[in-house]
Amino acid sequence: MVTNISLQEKTVLYLNGVSKSFDGFKAINNLNMMIKPGELRAIIGPNGAGKTTMMDIITGKTRPDSGDVYFNNEVDLTRHSEAEIANMGIGRKFQKPTVVETLSVFENLELALKGKRRVWDSLFFTLSAQGRARIDDVFEIIGLGPRRSILAGALAHGEKQRLEIGMLLVQSPELLLIDEPAAGMTDEETAHLAELLKSIAGTHSVVVVEHDMEFVRSLNATVTVLHEGSVLAEGPLDKVQKNERVIEVYLGR
Amino acid sequence: MRNFNKIMLVLLTLFCANAAFANDALQQALSALPKASFSEKSRLFTQIADSGADNSLEILQAIQSGDLYGRKSDGLVVFGRKADGGLALQDAVSGEDLGVIGKRKVKKITINNSLRGELKQLVAGFQLKAEEPSRRIRAAGSIVNDPSPELLPLVEKALTEETDSAVREALDVARAAIVVTTKDSDSKSRIAAISVLGEATDSNAINLVSRYTLKDGDGNYIEKDQALVEAAETALEKLTTRKSFYELMQNVFFGVSLGSVLLLTAVGLAITFGVMGVINMAHGEMIMIGAYATYTVQLLMPDLIGLSIVVAIPVAFIVSGLTGVLIERLIIRHLYGRPLETLLATFGLSLVLQQLVRSIYSPLNRSVITPDWMSGSWAVNGMLSLTWNRLYIIIFSFMVLFALIMLMKKTSFGLQMRAVTLNRKMASSMGIKTGWIDAMTFGLGSGIAGVAGVALSQLTNVGPNLGQAYIIDSFMVVVFGGVGNLFGTLFAAMSLGLANKFMEPMAGAVLAKILILVFIILFIQKWPRGLFAIKGRFIED
Amino acid sequence: MATTDTVSGTALSGPIVVKLFEEKSTRWFLLAIALLVCVMPVLNLLVPADSAFHVSNYTITLLGKYLSYALLALAVDLIWGYCGILSLGHGAFFALGGYAMGMYLMRQVGDRGVYGDPLLPDFMVFLNWQELPWFWYGFDQFWFAALMVMLVPGVLAFVFGWLAFRSRVTGVYLSIITQALTYALMLAFFRNEMGFGGNNGLTDFKDLLGFDLQSNLTRCALFVITGLILALAYIFCKWLTLSKFGRVLVAVRDAESRTRFMGYRVEHYKLFVFVASAVIAGIAGALYVPQVGIINPGEFSPINSIEIIVWVAIGGRGTLYGAVIGAFLVNYGKTYFTGAFPDLWLFLLGGLFVVTTLYLPKGVKGLLVDGKLAKYFSRSGSVSKTSTEGV
Repeated sequence: MVTNISLQEKTVLYLNGVSKSFDGFKAINNLNMMIKPGELRAIIGPNGAGKTTMMDIITGKTRPDSGDVYFNNEVDLTRHSEAEIANMGIGRKFQKPTVVETLSVFENLELALKGKRRVWDSLFFTLSAQGRARIDDVFEIIGLGPRRSILAGALAHGEKQRLEIGMLLVQSPELLLIDEPAAGMTDEETAHLAELLKSIAGTHSVVVVEHDMEFVRSLNATVTVLHEGSVLAEGPLDKVQKNERVIEVYLGR
Repeated sequence: MRNFNKIMLVLLTLFCANAAFANDALQQALSALPKASFSEKSRLFTQIADSGADNSLEILQAIQSGDLYGRKSDGLVVFGRKADGGLALQDAVSGEDLGVIGKRKVKKITINNSLRGELKQLVAGFQLKAEEPSRRIRAAGSIVNDPSPELLPLVEKALTEETDSAVREALDVARAAIVVTTKDSDSKSRIAAISVLGEATDSNAINLVSRYTLKDGDGNYIEKDQALVEAAETALEKLTTRKSFYELMQNVFFGVSLGSVLLLTAVGLAITFGVMGVINMAHGEMIMIGAYATYTVQLLMPDLIGLSIVVAIPVAFIVSGLTGVLIERLIIRHLYGRPLETLLATFGLSLVLQQLVRSIYSPLNRSVITPDWMSGSWAVNGMLSLTWNRLYIIIFSFMVLFALIMLMKKTSFGLQMRAVTLNRKMASSMGIKTGWIDAMTFGLGSGIAGVAGVALSQLTNVGPNLGQAYIIDSFMVVVFGGVGNLFGTLFAAMSLGLANKFMEPMAGAVLAKILILVFIILFIQKWPRGLFAIKGRFIED
Repeated sequence: MATTDTVSGTALSGPIVVKLFEEKSTRWFLLAIALLVCVMPVLNLLVPADSAFHVSNYTITLLGKYLSYALLALAVDLIWGYCGILSLGHGAFFALGGYAMGMYLMRQVGDRGVYGDPLLPDFMVFLNWQELPWFWYGFDQFWFAALMVMLVPGVLAFVFGWLAFRSRVTGVYLSIITQALTYALMLAFFRNEMGFGGNNGLTDFKDLLGFDLQSNLTRCALFVITGLILALAYIFCKWLTLSKFGRVLVAVRDAESRTRFMGYRVEHYKLFVFVASAVIAGIAGALYVPQVGIINPGEFSPINSIEIIVWVAIGGRGTLYGAVIGAFLVNYGKTYFTGAFPDLWLFLLGGLFVVTTLYLPKGVKGLLVDGKLAKYFSRSGSVSKTSTEGV
């Protein structure tokens, strides 16, 4: 049952009746969602609500059983590979911080830096002054400047989170998908991160999946509540928190 | 067989009043035999046959096959079997072993062509009167194989007396075979006989019938009787269809038997690889150890070869299993989560084990004796016979699989094993000793490989490279069937075994194997996790 | 220079050629090869046979063999050490290169074979073949054979890699099917019908480009050429790994999905490096055959391919020079022990596998060079304990 929402307005991401099941378990069940350009959206939901599967579908890691995922109203993401989707301008940060541990912090950013990704381009790649400046900017933002020469594997957990977000930033994507960024961060770092995400939104679209309600509150964004693979409620956090079905799901019946 | 006869003989001499008399007649005939002329021999053969002694059939058959001798020193008539240093002799009457003697010290009881014909009748007559129906059927079958007109009265007499319908059918075919080959039988009875042969389940019937469908250089039938040719063509078509059906069955049997071997060798791997995620390149050597255990057990109990195989099964399981536990505790334990390192370490281990076996048992191949109850074959009918060793291996492999499934599903060890596979941390916090379970699981997989070695020792020679020959095939089976699924392993083993055997006649054994490898290489591209992969979002990366 | 920004040895602001020779290991490596290549032939050809410094023909051939093995080890280290692709079938590419060279050498024999057939090699006459199979055409030309030495392994690697990497066959599965590949090829080459000499393979070569293969001078020349090609291949591999391409490879090895989500087509990178590695392995095989004088299906056997892995593992993977050292060490050990204590060799080789994987994950290189942890952490492309993640 595919619901047709008219696509008069411009959307960055549009999920239309997406379903995916694993061995009979419906991880995503007729999910519909729209993200507008420049929007900051928080997605919450209990464990197993389908948040990570949704991210996997958007980024091409998992193919849905049915439904479409449109990027910028025109490209059907379900037909493309991870690399293609990444190059279209969708960046993803994993729940578990994933950086290349055997490369230096600088090299991690250099790899992620927006640019041509073909084999040939890599063989004859030299870092331009512009690129270097962009990396330096990002170092300013994530605050890892002094640690740029260290191997990424030697970073602390929170630092890895920041590095991964930095890698997302140098990739300059239109849409950022961020999975539980606050996990393992200090309060100060979390507050810093919220500010960072808010500042990115506007020029980029940002989707944040998060458990930490304080963090979600500080984002001051529209909240979507996922439950059993579909949208349970959507709106500002205060309103959502008063929704009876949400309370039921979160507090048990 | 001979033992059985011996026992019967003893029983008979004890209880049967007739026996003494029978033996007298036999004794008399035998003592005259070494010096008799051909014409006298004819009379003596009949006398032996009519003596009523229980081993008279055996004696007549020995004359047929040239295994009956007269000892030169005292004229005693003996069976002679080839042995080191000459012939092993056995008294023809009492069955008593008389030791080995030089070939020149005995003289063969010779026969000529007409005596051969007479003997054939006598033997057939004996066999057609045998107690068990199956032996009577076999006797009829041997007449079809070598029909001669002089047997016709015998067969017809047997037909009038026979009550068992299966035996009657066989006798009918035998009669038809004789009629077809007899030169002076009339056209009508030949046609009838041909149609009887057309219904037979016997490869020899094809040869008999096809002689009427031969053509000369111009493409005309040699046989001028048109009706006869037509009957023969019809019968031939029926027979060839039936034969190709049984050839198909034979191929299926070979395929299933190869599949069972693959199943046996792969199922242990399915456990270590599928359940534990450990690539054990020394798996083949666990098989080899099992095979050597069988060889050693036979060395230790040379008088009980029939039993030794049965004893070897638990011995091989324990020896290979303990080796597996040792390997797990000493090496693999340190390499969990690093499959490629495990692969290399266990490969190194396989080299060490091979060399170890070479040092202990010599690098030469050893052959394990096949016990009597596993040798020979089971003739289902004249077109299909199945070898016992392969039949037993098929049954055995299914028993092993069944036992394994029961172990996994019904025992607490199986439950704990599955718990550790699914969630190691959770299992550990519930009080399951995960280290112990790992060791036991690995031991189980290795032990089953050892049991596979027992089976393999019945099919090939036992040598240090035995395991290597099977390791790649086993991996192919596990990968094809899907990791972590025993039914997948069963399916994969059987389908690969069948595919291999069905391609062999067309492509040759080596090419068939290459084609299968190429197929699996391509198959993995499409289904990287095998046919029956466990799906789910947790089984990724 | 902007080396202050980045880890030493991985700065990429200057011309890459400069960077290549900035590394001490590269300079030492090339120096060692140069010494070997210059000194050994002199000691063989110019020093009289009764002198203590004379190097025998046997030694030259043996060293030449080791050099071609070293080249093969380099090829394997490129894919395993840097990209995490554990190929258990690289012996196949080596053997294919060897067969291509062997076919050329076979055609050069001409009518000097035992049967004296001007066109057909001896084994074909023996099998009663009437004409040359089509795939033997052209191998009388050296340029054609040389092309095939690279093309045949390259194309096979391309087709195989394209299929495997596209469908994301990774890790152990990839290892197992590469093993199946070389096993299948071994079975195929054992067949007489394949037209490559069956069991016996190709042997009894006479000359190469008109030079007698038995002469000292030819042997020394082959030795020198093998050394030079090893040096060139080393520079090529070093260049690959020092470029951004090399860092993408490391990223693929250690965090494959992350690399994908950064927008890199991982399969293209793997395919490129796999094909490059196969071509190098093919060249190694082609250099091996004229020096050893035979190529047979045994070269395809899975155990040979696994042995290459142990050279690299013992030398230390992900360093390139470690692979070369490993190839020399293990093969010298093999030559020595199979001669002196034949029964001990497999125990030793097997033991080496176990000990290196358990205690020396970085091989001899890790033992000698990275004595200090700090030094270890400052190297690029080296294998850390985290590198096995995602393998």
